[in-house]
Amino acid sequence: MASITIEAITKTFGAVPVLHDIDLSIGDGEFVVLVGPSGCGKSTLLRMIAGLEDITAGEIRIDDRRINEVAPKDRDIAMVFQSYALYPHMTVADNMSYSLKLRKTAREKIAEAVGAAAGKLGLDPLLARRPKALSGGQRQRVAMGRAIVRHPKAFLFDEPLSNLDARLREQMRAEIKRLHKSIGATSVYVTHDQIEAMTLADRIVAMHGGIIQQVGNPLDLYDRPANLFVAGFIGSPAMNFVEGHCRAGVIETTDGSKVAIPEGIHLTEGQAVTIGIRPEHVRIVAGSEAGSYTARVDLVEPTGFGTIVHVRLLGQDLKIYTLERGVAVVGQPLHIALDSTRLHLFDRETTNRIG
Amino acid sequence: MTRKRLVLTVLHRLAVLAYVAFALFPLFWLLKVSVTPTSLLYTEGIRLWPSRASLEHYEFVLTHSSFPTFFLNSTIVSASTAVIVTIVSSLAGYAMSRFVFRGKYWIVALLLLTQMFPLVMLIAPMFKMLSPLGLTNSLTGLVIVYVAFNVPFATFLMQSFFDGIPKDLEDAAMIDGATRFTAFRQIILPLTLPGIAATLGFVFTAAWSELLFALMLISGEKATTFPVGLLSFVSKFSVDFGQMMAAGVLALIPACLFFLLIQRYLVQGLTAGAVKG
Repeated sequence: MASITIEAITKTFGAVPVLHDIDLSIGDGEFVVLVGPSGCGKSTLLRMIAGLEDITAGEIRIDDRRINEVAPKDRDIAMVFQSYALYPHMTVADNMSYSLKLRKTAREKIAEAVGAAAGKLGLDPLLARRPKALSGGQRQRVAMGRAIVRHPKAFLFDEPLSNLDARLREQMRAEIKRLHKSIGATSVYVTHDQIEAMTLADRIVAMHGGIIQQVGNPLDLYDRPANLFVAGFIGSPAMNFVEGHCRAGVIETTDGSKVAIPEGIHLTEGQAVTIGIRPEHVRIVAGSEAGSYTARVDLVEPTGFGTIVHVRLLGQDLKIYTLERGVAVVGQPLHIALDSTRLHLFDRETTNRIG
Repeated sequence: MTRKRLVLTVLHRLAVLAYVAFALFPLFWLLKVSVTPTSLLYTEGIRLWPSRASLEHYEFVLTHSSFPTFFLNSTIVSASTAVIVTIVSSLAGYAMSRFVFRGKYWIVALLLLTQMFPLVMLIAPMFKMLSPLGLTNSLTGLVIVYVAFNVPFATFLMQSFFDGIPKDLEDAAMIDGATRFTAFRQIILPLTLPGIAATLGFVFTAAWSELLFALMLISGEKATTFPVGLLSFVSKFSVDFGQMMAAGVLALIPACLFFLLIQRYLVQGLTAGAVKG
């Protein structure tokens, strides 16, 4: 187990900057998820921790030991790849024991460790097989087994579930979380899937354009996104954004509607803002009430548990997520109320959160 | 529909069969002439098999000519060339496939450039270079020349095989505790066996049948290789076809054996299951 400290890390590929001045410290036993759209630099950062990419500037430490110049094999970390990267010419047992053999571990110890890991992951009946005789989910499990068999200082996961189908992904997600609970190893997990990030992480690091946008526990990011990027990235269906200006104590949207400024927030006259409201925080009300709006239903998407209703409001295609069935009919008007305590306000110039 | 498909299948098989017959016929003719006694060679006209077959040409070639020496020379030269080229080109091909380094572009360009000259152009300068070093008329000299000419192509060949192996595998091995060279040796090389076998086979046959340089650089019988030796059956006034063909059949044997040995590695599919495919 170990802590990982990342200090002022910068990475450029040739002349192309990929990461800008990244600072992050990961505590002992913590499960940190790096999340962001593809090309945001999250995988590069992970590969730099692993030692597979050079560090252009800055320093990475594991347990206060600078590892910039340390070869991957001497960093004592394990990594699970998106492609699994199983050695095709070796059996499952050999795949799992390869790292221990390289360390010249005694044969009995290897057998013991492989047995324990295989038991934990339900791989016992597969130990003599080659990777090509395994299903995707089984390969994924072997890749995990290869990582846990050697009790490394830290686990790195590079989008390990992206190649699985939805059902299996959900199952493996829970299994990874359970595994982390039982092993308690420091883990860094890269994904572009915000649901994976929300469900797995002790702390989420949201990245975009090679810059850390926000670090915090999952609910922090959901409840108080630091900027427009995080607000739009975390949460599904995604947050609604409505543009407007501050005029005479209210926010006037592009279509001329007025939205009350939430309490405790001070805007200057004429300031350009973006209002963010999550689809699940838009309420459908029975009749017209004070501060409610009326809109025509554009589209209804039932998801089973809830329903996503699209309406045309405030000059936007606004999404509403409701658990009530049958309240929205395409073409019919709908009464809607915005809960002002649930509104997020962002400065349109800086894209940062206001208040 | 099924009837049409049946007809198409039959036609397809026939076409393949015809092609195979076309390709193998010269080999059959080689064998046929080699067992035809000299007395019958010109008297029987064209027939598929002589009325009397004999091994007299084989006997002569093996006991009364220098062919065993030529054979040995060719085997030494071809095997050494194949092994050296394969080692060098697999290392070079790996570097080309995996690393970004200064001058890579120029090295690739140079490698390509060497493949563009007609060999005849290079014989004189080659001779000039090897002669003062005492490398003409020697098998070592031939090996050096063959290695030089085969490495560029073999490097490209090996590079394409390495390109087909996912980079994640070495990354995984290095994180598992291997140095880059250990990862290359224990993970990548075993997966490249088909490529290595192909390269070995290709270079071996190229060296085995090379005539031009062997002819120009070697003058004594001691270092003569088999293709040059074959020419000794052509004299000013006659060609001894029977003996020449017998020698030719014998020359096929090592190449056939070699491919028999490596053929199981030539079969692809070893990398299946490495990564999600």
